[in-house]
Amino acid sequence: MPWNLLKYGLAPKYPARRDIPAPRDLKKSYDVIIIGAGGHGLSTAYHLARYHAINNVAVLDKGYVGGGNTARNTAVIRSNYISPEAVAFYKASVEMFKNLSNELGYNQMYSQRGQLTLAHSDASVRTFALRAEVNKHLGVRSEIVDRQQIREIVPCLNMDENMRFPIQAGLWHRDGSTARHDAVAWGYAMRAAQMGVEIHQHTEVTGIQVNAGRVVAVQTDRGTVKCNHAVQAVAGMSSVVAKMAGIRLPVRSFPLQAMVTHPVKPFLDPLVSSSDLHAYISQTARGEIVIGGGSDPYELYSTRSTLDLKESLVANTLELFPCIAELKLLRQWAGITDMTPDYSPVMGTSPVKNYWLDAGWGTWGFKATPISGKCMAETLANEKAVELIQPFRLERFKTFTLSNEAGATAASH
Amino acid sequence: METSPNRLPPPLGMLVNHDKPVSFRFESSQYTGLAGDTIASALAANDTWLLSRSFKYHRPRGVFSMAGLEANTLVQVGYEPNVAADKRKITSGLEVTGQNYSGSLANDRAAKIGLASRFFPVGFYYKTFFQPSGAWQNFWEPIIRKYAGLGQVHLDTPRKYYDKKYLFCDIAVIGGGPAGMSAALSAANSGAEVLLVEQEAVLGGSLNYGRFDTDGKLAPDLRDEFVATINNHSNIGIMTDAACNGWFADNWLPIIRGHRMYKLRTKELILATGKMEQPAIFHNNDLPGILLGTAAQRLIRLYGVRPGRRAVILTAGDDGYAMALDLLENGVNVVAVADLRESFDATPMYEKVRSCNIPVHMACTVFEALSDKHTCHLRAVELRKVASRGRCGNKVQCYDCDLLCISTGFMPAYQLALQAGGRLVHDERSSMFSITGLPASIHLAGAANGENELGAEIESGRRAGRAASKKLGLTVSGHALPKQVYPASYISTNHPWPIFPHPRGKEFLDLDEDLQYLDIVHACQDGYTELELVKRYSTIGMGPSQGRHSALATARVVASATQRTVSEVGVTTARPPLHAEKLAVIAGRSFKPKRLTAMHNRHLESGAQMIIAGMWWRPAYYGKSQHRNRCICEENLAVRDNVGLIDVSTLGGLEVRGPDAAEFLNRMYTFAYSGQKTGTLRYLLMANTAGTIIDDGVACRLDNEHFYITATTGGVDNVFRTMLWWNAQWRLDVDVTNVTAAYAGVNLVGPRSRTVLQQVCRDIDLTSKSFPYLAVRSATVAGIPARLLRVGFVGELGYEIHVPSLQGEALWDALLDAGHCYGIKPVGIEAQRLLRLEKGHLIVGQDTDATTTPQEVSMAWAISKRKPFFVGGRSLQIIERHQSSRKLVGFTIKAEQGDTPEESNLILDGNAIVGHITSVGYSPTLDRIVGMGYAKADTEPGTSIHIKLKSGKLQFAQVVDMPFYDPENKRQNM
Repeated sequence: MPWNLLKYGLAPKYPARRDIPAPRDLKKSYDVIIIGAGGHGLSTAYHLARYHAINNVAVLDKGYVGGGNTARNTAVIRSNYISPEAVAFYKASVEMFKNLSNELGYNQMYSQRGQLTLAHSDASVRTFALRAEVNKHLGVRSEIVDRQQIREIVPCLNMDENMRFPIQAGLWHRDGSTARHDAVAWGYAMRAAQMGVEIHQHTEVTGIQVNAGRVVAVQTDRGTVKCNHAVQAVAGMSSVVAKMAGIRLPVRSFPLQAMVTHPVKPFLDPLVSSSDLHAYISQTARGEIVIGGGSDPYELYSTRSTLDLKESLVANTLELFPCIAELKLLRQWAGITDMTPDYSPVMGTSPVKNYWLDAGWGTWGFKATPISGKCMAETLANEKAVELIQPFRLERFKTFTLSNEAGATAASH
Repeated sequence: METSPNRLPPPLGMLVNHDKPVSFRFESSQYTGLAGDTIASALAANDTWLLSRSFKYHRPRGVFSMAGLEANTLVQVGYEPNVAADKRKITSGLEVTGQNYSGSLANDRAAKIGLASRFFPVGFYYKTFFQPSGAWQNFWEPIIRKYAGLGQVHLDTPRKYYDKKYLFCDIAVIGGGPAGMSAALSAANSGAEVLLVEQEAVLGGSLNYGRFDTDGKLAPDLRDEFVATINNHSNIGIMTDAACNGWFADNWLPIIRGHRMYKLRTKELILATGKMEQPAIFHNNDLPGILLGTAAQRLIRLYGVRPGRRAVILTAGDDGYAMALDLLENGVNVVAVADLRESFDATPMYEKVRSCNIPVHMACTVFEALSDKHTCHLRAVELRKVASRGRCGNKVQCYDCDLLCISTGFMPAYQLALQAGGRLVHDERSSMFSITGLPASIHLAGAANGENELGAEIESGRRAGRAASKKLGLTVSGHALPKQVYPASYISTNHPWPIFPHPRGKEFLDLDEDLQYLDIVHACQDGYTELELVKRYSTIGMGPSQGRHSALATARVVASATQRTVSEVGVTTARPPLHAEKLAVIAGRSFKPKRLTAMHNRHLESGAQMIIAGMWWRPAYYGKSQHRNRCICEENLAVRDNVGLIDVSTLGGLEVRGPDAAEFLNRMYTFAYSGQKTGTLRYLLMANTAGTIIDDGVACRLDNEHFYITATTGGVDNVFRTMLWWNAQWRLDVDVTNVTAAYAGVNLVGPRSRTVLQQVCRDIDLTSKSFPYLAVRSATVAGIPARLLRVGFVGELGYEIHVPSLQGEALWDALLDAGHCYGIKPVGIEAQRLLRLEKGHLIVGQDTDATTTPQEVSMAWAISKRKPFFVGGRSLQIIERHQSSRKLVGFTIKAEQGDTPEESNLILDGNAIVGHITSVGYSPTLDRIVGMGYAKADTEPGTSIHIKLKSGKLQFAQVVDMPFYDPENKRQNM
């Protein structure tokens, strides 16, 4: 047992550690207002305070800390993307995740278990081959594995050649990992708050004031607050909030369902996904099987669950893992994914001066949490987008210099 | 027959057959229960109460709700993990084992961890285990992971049969208790078609096990009358043993019954889901032998099992006194009743208990429960005075007992209502709940609606039935409800604070997760004050019972710790499913159709290697797999030198008809079609709104208002959907039909194809002059009406022949016959891919990606500049003004020159990735390796590109003009 648990057992009074600060009044103005207290917003706040000495910062959220997509994702961390710019970006994120527990003093339960993506068609094999080549070229550990290797990596997979879409090959990504998604937000919140960042839950942004092309204040249901800079990090509502600042984002929002089973004894270590069967599966530290799939086929801002998607997703999951047929599903939920035309995010400058965008994350926001916070903070501090996020600038949609990631979804959307 | 020690005689045990013993095994001991018994009731009848070990501290656990609501009773049944022992019926020879222990269920070595629980504060795993770097993954996680999970997944689990069925009705009533039955009757009397869904094996709900009057007659009488009336009502369908497991938009309800999921769409929905009794919180409140009052009543009346020998009752209303009478009547010695209330008006139920000389301790609670060291079972409880809210005063007495029944409160079974958008409202004064904000088509009845008295429940059911009928425009006629004789004197209360923290803890708010009172208080102190954060930080409510027994206490403790009201704190979002549901049930039979062309059997007979193409199976090449390359090479040469036959039935086919047909194609595709002459065909290139290429094909103009168009095998469904989507906005006078499956098609191709075709097609002139390249004709081929298209995908003289699917095989046979003396060969898609590569024709999806524009693949010629609009046109105009950074180029490598590059190899500029190889292969015709790939936009023929091979080696390739073969396109024009 680690020594620092002793104090909890021996102290006469519980040594509470206030991770999430208590509610307080809003100040009249801040240097920086960050809209959205999810992983990205809090990561940005943390990096501003920790590395750029900017701590007159308020993080506002209409709900609770990490209650949006930070709470709803399936906690997959990987860098096996297809475009060189995305591989470089997510590789940097994976590197940061590795040391995040110690950086924050908060256990992120980061665990590098490897991710196996399965191909059941020629087209997928070809795409995987390209991803493997791009990854290797940029120093990311990805390789194509054959059926025999797949058997060794995940013995419980259905390798029947007579299944409807037999597994042909896999993309084995050793850097693929998982972490406790909530802890990422909480850890950043705790450290940011300790450095003076204010976190205001239940503070809904209702408008953004722009004067002479520059952001000057943010209106909330608790009053108007002035600011020199504003950052929006509101996955699932990106276009709605951007519109308040008069910015039109090329984003379409779709619900994405996920579900979890009863806990069972561990039998599945790597994260497994299938791009042809639109499913990804992993087992949590608690023993539950987490199942995620493709988006619902229509745009919607509701996080209601749908039955049809659950049926097809589970059917596909059982194609891959017939052994869990008798296991029971415990809970189903949904998040909203902001999809851009090229499936890459929108980061950096906006048409409004000092209004910074961190949007369009689709299904990949969680794994970018550390690096996006770092890049956004640096961008804001220098008032210039850092190089790593240059390919994700909003203007690319005007010039059609897109950063194509549609081929690298774990499940197609 | 041996008698089980706790078995009660008939008529008790309405669900079991006292004459039918059933043997099964639990933890390698043989037990005998009765047909109809659950695993838990059969074990309880045999005085076996210990069923499982808890998730974290491995505490002994037994029956608690007898309603399958919590993790306590989860056992392993053969291949199936986490089976609720209090729901699963026993069958002869059933093998049942406990879960989550090391050693034995009775002596679990892992239980020692509970001794150190004070060193595991809430969220302890966030606070430590991460230093030094890597400690979590390499050291701590493996240890913790060893203890994770409950039951076991067996990798050889067989797939059983599960399926689905659709149902429709006017009014569905969920819950067959008094309110539900009343609602069903009143709705059915209006003439509506009603479906009554009950999760237990019989209708009746609480009437089957509860007690509502002093002599216990009311419930059975009422039930019999209700059930008889319902059974005789022609408008009511009854589903028992059926769990409505969720609510989805527009009253779309999954109802699970055994191996089948019914999907019910109902116009109106009445939720009569009842209530869930809630535990009291005190030291050791999780011991086997501590039951919810309703659990004890269920054991007695449903299963004929005596729940113990010496009982103490903890209550705050008449429920506990009714309970006492039930126990007394069935041979249980009730040694004391502890009532949390300071004072109350005496009710008949209370008076009767008093008259039996049972000590009743007012303003008293259980301070702690004590367990027997060997059996882990409850052996005594210590009663103390309630000093103030949640605080115990002086000791009153310690009672030896083996049963403690808790009846201190309940909450509505709110889950379905909340999934449907309802909100739970808590009345701080009465501690009662109600639900508001439901959609207009959903009605609440009974305890789910906050009613807590039998008469009111039945009346509220009647109201709900009427309201639902009225919504359907029906009026309730007649009166079939049983006569009203419900006592109003029965008081069922919800005690506001049955929570008593103990100096030594172990007063569990959440039994699934072993969370104690202070864990929740500490979570709030750590800053996690929002209920959702409390849940996520502490894991409360995340276990198998999904907060059914912890939500109320959690809301109260969090409210108290953060100075808010229970309503302000609320409950966490209710999400489907209601009860954990088997993955196999959700999946059902999982239909995954294979699409086979009309000539499929012929391909197999010819020894084809089949591959998957979308939903289709297609021949890759004809011959043994060890001769793959040779086969492809021979097929290639057959087409170039002679004649080949390719099955192209999988190509998408769409009929576009109507006065606006040409205009419609003008808008959907980049090229122009208004001026296209009847009898000709034109290339089709489809872009999306971003200007990205998404499909291609040809358009055959059959007459002025009729086009027959083709699309790619994998793309046609999307093309069809996209067309309908657009025309829903444009409203052009055009009809689009997907006829892919209606037509079989072959490509008869090669320099001798005309000669072969002439053998079987004599009604039109096939000479190039009257049937030139890019023409389309209707004709008869081998007696089969056909559409003939002269296309040039593989770059030779050729005819695509499309015939009705049923005639596909006959066409195939006739052409092979006719071509026999010319050496015709069937050709697979591998050779076809190579043939088109030699011609530099791209395959959408292989040579293009999700951002490829026509400009990048040198197809600007396929964009009409004279049209006012087409999908993607605006984007393409913008794109034209910006130089793309890449373009698709052709390259060649001498055949003997080192390693062969593969598709997906990178094309580099220095160390930077500029693109990759999209298609590559050895061309037998040209005796060179030819390929296409993305290179820098300024790459010109004659220069070279750098290819990074899979091995990491660099390879140079010569960039050349495309097509590689027959650059003047003479051969397809022959």
